[in-house]
Amino acid sequence: MSARLAAPAVPPAEADESRTRFVRKLWLAREFGIVVALGLLVLVTTLDNPAFLSPQSLRDLLLGAAILVVLAVGQTVVIISRNIDLSVGAVLGLVAFATGKLLSTAPGTPAVVAILAGVGLGAVCGVVNGVLVAAARVPALVITLGTLYAFRGIDHSWAQGQQINASDMPRSFLRLGTWTVLGIPVLAVIAVVVMAVVGFYLRSYRSGRELYAIGSEPAAARLSGIPVGRRVLTSFVLCGALAGLAGVLYAARFGTVDATVGTGIELQVVAAAVVGGVAIFGGSGSVYGAALGAVLLTTIGSSLAVLRINPFWQQAVVGGLILAAIGLDRLLAVRAANRLRGRSSHGA
Amino acid sequence: MDREHAAPLLEVRGVSKSFGAVAAVREVSFPLHGGEAHALVGENGAGKSTIVKVLAGVHEPDTGVIVLDGEETRPAGPAAARAAGIAVIYQEPTLFPDLSVAENIFMGRQPLGRFGRIDRAAMRAEAVRLFDRLGVRLDPDRPARGLSIADQQLVEIAKALSLRARVLVMDEPTAALSGVEVERLFAVVRALCEEGAAVLFISHRFDEVFSLCHRLTVLRDGTWVSTDPVADLTVDQVVRRMVGRDVSTLYPKEDVEPGDVVLEVAGLTRHGVFADIGFSVRAGEIVALAGLVGAGRSEVVRAVFGIDRYDAGEVRVAGERLPAGTPAAAVAAGIALVPEDRRQQGLVMELSIERNATLTRLKPLSRLGLLGGGRERRSAREWTKRLQVKYGRLADAVGTLSGGNQQKVVLAKWLATGPKVLIVDEPTRGIDIGTKAEVHRLLSRLAADGVAVVMVSSELPEVLGMADRVLVVHEGRITAELSRAEATEESVMFAATGRKAAVA
Amino acid sequence: MARDTVAVDVPGAPAEPAAGVLRSALVRWDTALLVVLVAVVVIAGVLVEGFASGRNLQFLLLDVIAIALIALPLTLIVITGEIDLSVASTLGLCSAAMGQLWVAGLPLELIVVLVIGLGAVLGAVNAVFVTKFALPSLAVTIGTLAAYRGLAFVVLGDQAVADFPFRWTEAASGTVGDGAVPWAAVITAVLAIVFGVVLHATPFGRSLYAMGNNAEAATFAGIRVARAKFWLFVASGAVSGLAGVYWTLRFASARADNAAGLELAVVAAVLLGGVSIFGGRGTLLGVLLGVLLLGAVRNALQLADVAADTLNVVTGGLLIASVVVPNVITLTRALWRRRSRTA
Repeated sequence: MSARLAAPAVPPAEADESRTRFVRKLWLAREFGIVVALGLLVLVTTLDNPAFLSPQSLRDLLLGAAILVVLAVGQTVVIISRNIDLSVGAVLGLVAFATGKLLSTAPGTPAVVAILAGVGLGAVCGVVNGVLVAAARVPALVITLGTLYAFRGIDHSWAQGQQINASDMPRSFLRLGTWTVLGIPVLAVIAVVVMAVVGFYLRSYRSGRELYAIGSEPAAARLSGIPVGRRVLTSFVLCGALAGLAGVLYAARFGTVDATVGTGIELQVVAAAVVGGVAIFGGSGSVYGAALGAVLLTTIGSSLAVLRINPFWQQAVVGGLILAAIGLDRLLAVRAANRLRGRSSHGA
Repeated sequence: MDREHAAPLLEVRGVSKSFGAVAAVREVSFPLHGGEAHALVGENGAGKSTIVKVLAGVHEPDTGVIVLDGEETRPAGPAAARAAGIAVIYQEPTLFPDLSVAENIFMGRQPLGRFGRIDRAAMRAEAVRLFDRLGVRLDPDRPARGLSIADQQLVEIAKALSLRARVLVMDEPTAALSGVEVERLFAVVRALCEEGAAVLFISHRFDEVFSLCHRLTVLRDGTWVSTDPVADLTVDQVVRRMVGRDVSTLYPKEDVEPGDVVLEVAGLTRHGVFADIGFSVRAGEIVALAGLVGAGRSEVVRAVFGIDRYDAGEVRVAGERLPAGTPAAAVAAGIALVPEDRRQQGLVMELSIERNATLTRLKPLSRLGLLGGGRERRSAREWTKRLQVKYGRLADAVGTLSGGNQQKVVLAKWLATGPKVLIVDEPTRGIDIGTKAEVHRLLSRLAADGVAVVMVSSELPEVLGMADRVLVVHEGRITAELSRAEATEESVMFAATGRKAAVA
Repeated sequence: MARDTVAVDVPGAPAEPAAGVLRSALVRWDTALLVVLVAVVVIAGVLVEGFASGRNLQFLLLDVIAIALIALPLTLIVITGEIDLSVASTLGLCSAAMGQLWVAGLPLELIVVLVIGLGAVLGAVNAVFVTKFALPSLAVTIGTLAAYRGLAFVVLGDQAVADFPFRWTEAASGTVGDGAVPWAAVITAVLAIVFGVVLHATPFGRSLYAMGNNAEAATFAGIRVARAKFWLFVASGAVSGLAGVYWTLRFASARADNAAGLELAVVAAVLLGGVSIFGGRGTLLGVLLGVLLLGAVRNALQLADVAADTLNVVTGGLLIASVVVPNVITLTRALWRRRSRTA
């Protein structure tokens, strides 16, 4: 039954068609919309205060966004497979404290080891989430709400109110937070690398595509033989590991850690993903969109300050942005459906 | 071709499978020969779906084996079954709506380039080649969301082709297809058989079974009854084996003197779906909406009932105009709709029989706004008894019932509202022959009692046997109105395909 | 209240039919919660000094009232398959507005009415997004969670309004007569009965279970799904507003960050109470038991000098156990059954 045909040469007309299709796709892509919004925001803010584009200010912006980007990338992997991880803030906090503890008790630890230890601890938390979700067949929202409390509680009972300060940690580690390569903070470089690697994986590898398939139609995924449980577990481990990485970066950047670090950040992370076009019920979206969403959210915060708008507005604007983003998606979906309806009446 | 003595490509040997205390299939054996289409028929609950799921690797048989190429296998999971060369096409295609058509075909088996990367260009090219082989034009880059059922099935078949499947299992693939689409599907199946594949074909439509298949196996109540070459069989024989008894009059239509006009539909239009639909139904009449699947019949009755909005036109019940888009108002005016999709629309599968049977009448059953005192249970008991629903206990989830009994619960919950207009959409789809006859008797009885009945049906014998008048819908418009005397298979089919009788 | 669970005759439930198992599991869940709650109270009463005192009971109740109040409408919302994560932010915004209105010199009686009305309006905003625009409530209410909390800060900044009249703040924690039961708990109980009757004994409540299991089938049965959900979100907002009034008076402080993060505690209580996150299943009695159980455990451990923040482990553990244990039991039972058959 095999079809033994020569490899197809794409006819020229078709190649042309695919190019216009690409341009149209670019215009429709969510990532493009966020870039435009981001550009407008930067433009307006810069017109008001040119210092907004100063190297120092941009560095701060990138530093501020880096941690959120890393978290949003991990979260996207989980959301795409129709799950959610609310425990990332708690994991970040736990790892940040653990890193501080490790470096203050063993100051000789190289930064790389600290990072690996943090990622490892985060991955362990991810395994807990993933096993509970995949093996016990319990909705992720419930499980990770529970582990949010549990990880945070472990953090608190470990810290016992203790705070670890920059003076307790080795300078070599803290340099990670301020170090720049060609004027770009190394934290931002790490975030971009993480995004690119995960983005490449999701797009170009079978197991990455299977995450989309699982999120798009879980029953069909099972029927077509995708190892759903294993993939879901992997996505949680990845998300946990990235939350761990974010925890290490947090410790390096701020130098001061206690058990409350990262409280409530999970909602910002989910917001970044949703604003970035990741469908909350899985199946579509990209890490690039989520990362851009994270940058946009961070930039809004800085812009408001520069524009001398009451900083209390920031959270309200973020909320409004989430509503606008999902509202826009819905609108586009309805218009697309209507277009299909109109077309089918002319065809056939 | 004599394959009688050739070794079968695949053999189901002594397969039994139970769920809890219920034995779904017991000791079922039959062979599948390469190059043959093999029909598997039986009433609902006879065990066909269980056999399909065992072959698909979804269910592990309790006893028995699948013999493939003379080797015993027990496919552990869908992936293993697929690897063994068994492809299954389910009644409802199982695609990923967010992913492209090409990815749907190759999910988990995408062609790889360097470093284990997916080679998208090769994947696309392979998809184009598969569609060429099937003789269809589908854009491999478009998302699967929004494809018609027929196109979705083509994607599934392309998937099976790409798997180089030697055994293709098709579970009621034609249930939602129009005549043209069925023909196209059959052409593909015949081509596959010629290439040496074995096809297991499950269908309720005997005309299809007899025109396509070489061999036929009958199941009844989970056990094997017979396997014979189709050439040696007649429809009557097969039906008798399925039911285990003679089926008497299938269409017991009583003659009724129609009363006043109850339902009036005028100028009903929903852009791109149907246009200028107008008809009226009198008390005691059964009016059938016939036509091909996808002609817009279900959409019309959905709009009449208020599920979907419409852009123009009006609906009147006993002279009163219905507000658009409110099923609650339609129910209050005395319309009842038994929908097309029983599992998704007709019933809440997780809730009990009692809750489902009373769902349409919560207000009338309450006293001072409160429910209780066993009134719901009494009502549910009464109506399930009237319709002879077979169940264990009223508290059982309605999903545990057989298809026919589920449909009776749907009918019960609507008949309990005492409707003036009863709309039934494919009332006997997927239910066994015995229950079918019961449903037909019931509809006839209701009409005699003065209910105006609107019946959407894709089964011509049902339309011709039951309807006083037939309205034929083609591409969203009514193309013919035929009286009982005028309605024949030919006249309905001509109108349904949009041809003029004279031309043919 | 839990008519749904008691009205069904389920002695020795048979092996398979799903509804039977489901229902008897439901019955067992409520019972199990009650048993655990009683056990916790008894053990804590014996082991923890000061737990069994009237004064402690009063504080325990006062502590859970805000969660209990918000959990009432949320239970109904989750049963329809939706969720409202904006409840604590609604509470915060209402509290901030209450402070600002008090500073503006309005009489407190009027303020209370206005604030509850504000809550209803905020709920209606959620409702419009969810029912009119057909957006997923999880995403919508994450959005309004941020938006309402942000607006609370816009309204009141980071200051606190604390000069509410003593008569009112005292009343918020006052008890009936000289007993240990606070007035606020009585009001909560009355509301609980109202919500319980609505959920378990009215056509409206019945329809919520149907739409939670299958909204499409409910629509085909003539149930007005969107309208029911609309009013549930409005009720959720109004009750959150009421909880905001209570919170403000109880702590004699109107602040924009009042009850920040409380939404997670409420959701945890609802789920611990046996409501399915997918909708279609759960009882109000179970939720109330869940609220009390969480409150009692925290209270007892606090008295036993466990730091408040560490208690999160217990909350999280209870929540996880409440969903994992029944599933694991079902799965292992199925496994065991399969083994015993093949053997």
